[in-house]
Amino acid sequence: MDNNATTSLKKEVLDAMLPYYTDIYGNASSKFYKVGRDAEQALYKMRESVAKSINAPNVNEIYFTGSGCEADNWAVKGAAMANRKKGNHIITTKIEHHAILNTCEYLERHGFEVTYLDVDEYGFVTPEQVEAAIKDTTVLITIMTANNEIGTIEPIKEIAEVAKKHKVIFHTDAVQAIGHMKIDVKELGVDMLSLSAHKFHGPKGVGMLYIRNGVRIDNLIHGGGQERGKRAATENLAGIAGLAKALEIAVADLDKNVAHCRKMRDRLIKGIRDNIPYCRLNGPEDEGRMCNNANFSFQYVEGESILMMLDMNGIAASSGSACASGSLDPSHVLMAIGLPHEIAHGSLRLSVGEDTTEEDVDYVVSVLPSIIQRLRDMSPLYEGVE
Amino acid sequence: MYSEKVMEHFANPRNVGEIPDANAVGQVGNAKCGDIMKMYMKIEDNVIKDVKFKTFGCGAAIATSSMATEMVKGKTVDEALKLTNKAVMEALDGLPKEKIHCSVLAEEAIQSAINDYRRRSGEDVPEDKEYTCEH
Ligand SMILES: Cc1ncc(COP(=O)(O)O)c(C=O)c1O
Repeated sequence: MDNNATTSLKKEVLDAMLPYYTDIYGNASSKFYKVGRDAEQALYKMRESVAKSINAPNVNEIYFTGSGCEADNWAVKGAAMANRKKGNHIITTKIEHHAILNTCEYLERHGFEVTYLDVDEYGFVTPEQVEAAIKDTTVLITIMTANNEIGTIEPIKEIAEVAKKHKVIFHTDAVQAIGHMKIDVKELGVDMLSLSAHKFHGPKGVGMLYIRNGVRIDNLIHGGGQERGKRAATENLAGIAGLAKALEIAVADLDKNVAHCRKMRDRLIKGIRDNIPYCRLNGPEDEGRMCNNANFSFQYVEGESILMMLDMNGIAASSGSACASGSLDPSHVLMAIGLPHEIAHGSLRLSVGEDTTEEDVDYVVSVLPSIIQRLRDMSPLYEGVE
Repeated sequence: MYSEKVMEHFANPRNVGEIPDANAVGQVGNAKCGDIMKMYMKIEDNVIKDVKFKTFGCGAAIATSSMATEMVKGKTVDEALKLTNKAVMEALDGLPKEKIHCSVLAEEAIQSAINDYRRRSGEDVPEDKEYTCEH
């Protein structure tokens, strides 16, 4: 029940990866002998496949990275540095992943100015807000496609139009969105888009940044000439093979998986609402919510305790409480949608996947109410509430 | 991340609840920071005859409350005041660094309840401190 954190590696994906650990072990840059050329050719095919999966007009707009975080770091730092002569202003939101937020904070320490847009109570940002924040000095807008904690799907296409109108580079972190909604870079009109293989049943430690031809971006990783000189490092061929294969499957099975996840998610949300009082769903109701995400706050209890009791019952989940994250404040996303601290501390994220069954959902719905009740009976905040 | 002892006290916390005729009640922490501990005691002839707790907080907060109540039950007030967060931590076979504040809260919750008892007995005891979220 924690598919927003990571997913299982598919058998077909593993099978697509294995040859690159055995027979085709060549370095794609070693073109003067066969195993090297084989690797180079294979890499081209993978790039082609990924371009097709996200409908990128050109194969050479696909750049493989070592993770979703790297793709995000590169997009933000690379675009900021390459366009420094034009300006020093970046627009983002308060609910981005830390891969974006911490990168923006880093750039602030190096002379950039960042606008962190507010979101509404469901986590939405509007194209109008973005447009109002644009200045002459704005060089980059980066806004996530779908939020990893509360599942909010942002109006990316409309924001891309605003960005285009003002000739500002637009990047979107689509790490959570892939496999849960259609991602077509041409239709969305974005300049850059990040994804990460392990969120859609691919391997960990491999990601991708789509960079539209014509977008100016500096290197993040300097060295050899790989990835058209833009990202040095001998390519992780097996990882990339896994990413490409997992993406092919995610795209082919999209409609089926979305329908399944939505059914499981709705069953879960209904089951929890019907059986646990004093709870609220964080994020949008249905429209505008990622098909696989549910996020609740349970009043009077704390999230880490819920996670520990769920774990004792064999259920893996996640929480935005400060305790669970090891920091002083609860999740920045829950703060940004206006939750009071004590409500944010009691949050629980449950994210379903294509391998989640009705029995799994019903099991959660059968154990969670008594866990919450047990913790409430222990809580001084609950005294007098019953 | 947690020791087996912590997990055991979290799964089966001792002394959970309220004491209706408690003559010492103390509460520490702050909901905003994510943990509150409330201790109830029944003190007779300076001996803690019974102690119960209610805690809102993470696993470590519940486990330290449980352990601290076990450690002061049956002790004299003066002995209980000597309970340190370190002793609670050691009894639990340690805590992760970011959870040490939970053991501090447990120590303070015991002190807060005893201070309440002393105030009720007419002693001049200063008010408890305000809790801000700086562990
Ligand atoms: C929205 C979002 N962006 C970026 C990342 C980072 O991806 P990776 O784990 O591949 O670095 C994640 C995953 O945690 C995510 O959910």
